[in-house]
Amino acid sequence: MKKIDAPTEIIAAEEAPQVSFNRAGLLEGARLSIPIALGVIGYGLVFGVLARQAGLSLLEVFLMSSLVYAGSSQFAVLSLWVLPLPIVPIIFTTLIVNLRHLLMGAALRPWFSQLRTLPRYTSMFFMADESWALTMSRFAKGGRNGAFLLGSGLLMFVAWVGSTSVGRVLGSFVQDPERWGLDFAFTAAITALLVGMWRGKSDLLPWLVAAMVAIAAAQWLPGKWYILLGGLAGSLAGVVRNAD
Amino acid sequence: MRIELEALLAIFGMAVVTYATRAGGLWLMGRVTLSKRVETWLQYIPGSVLVAIVAPGIFSGGPLALIAAIVTVLVAARTGSLPLAMLIGVSALLLLRFLTGGI
Repeated sequence: MKKIDAPTEIIAAEEAPQVSFNRAGLLEGARLSIPIALGVIGYGLVFGVLARQAGLSLLEVFLMSSLVYAGSSQFAVLSLWVLPLPIVPIIFTTLIVNLRHLLMGAALRPWFSQLRTLPRYTSMFFMADESWALTMSRFAKGGRNGAFLLGSGLLMFVAWVGSTSVGRVLGSFVQDPERWGLDFAFTAAITALLVGMWRGKSDLLPWLVAAMVAIAAAQWLPGKWYILLGGLAGSLAGVVRNAD
Repeated sequence: MRIELEALLAIFGMAVVTYATRAGGLWLMGRVTLSKRVETWLQYIPGSVLVAIVAPGIFSGGPLALIAAIVTVLVAARTGSLPLAMLIGVSALLLLRFLTGGI
């Protein structure tokens, strides 16, 4: 079935002719991702240890990392992981944190819309932030192998699932978490994660608004509403800031 | 090895919505175009949500938690390493608690 592209896509198609999908691309993607995968292992160990504190079993950590495979949302839901589990807020928070994937996927369209359905949508499962960024820069430099993303993503996937599981096991050896300051470890981990997400001064206002609204909501509202309210207020402040 | 049913449900739900966002960008964006405004909004969400998660804890943790958080930020900015920043941030908090005679 040949789909006729809309006129707006003609330019994109001209920019990106003939995308292939083969082993060479897969291996190149994996090879260029090795340094980043090493960093992912560090994040993963931290996640595993914190997941242990939050009460997740090894199997739960393994399943979450391999089925969800999205670090920042996994960190985010740990703060909600209190029995009985607030399942809907957990899923909703995951959705909100991962909405950025829509933009990332859209950016890949000029190339990936040329791939067949199976490789295309298999690759998308493995689209982590870092793999996406590497793929975009590879394509910008003239790379035309769609398997690059899958190769990168598979390596990161193994690093993430493996290291979070190992971290969960290591976490079992930490007795008396308060004594070791692990009550603060979660805050420290998210704080460090945020530093990596900082894109410059344009983030200052949204983040301040998010912080203030969250602090106020945590004082006056029950449960974890502050996460959603702070996140919404902050991101909307970003829209208003960029409006003119 | 154990797994709770509710945990399984939560994880499964997380997996479904996450894959939907991954596949959705490619699938949906060929059919609708996002306005610049919505695009900007999407870009600001993850950072804002994570700020909202940590801010109340740092605030209620008092000056010691605030100082430890600043130490964490500085180390993360300097080294780019999350585990190292976390380790030093936690150590800073323990040291501060010890010095001030708190728990």
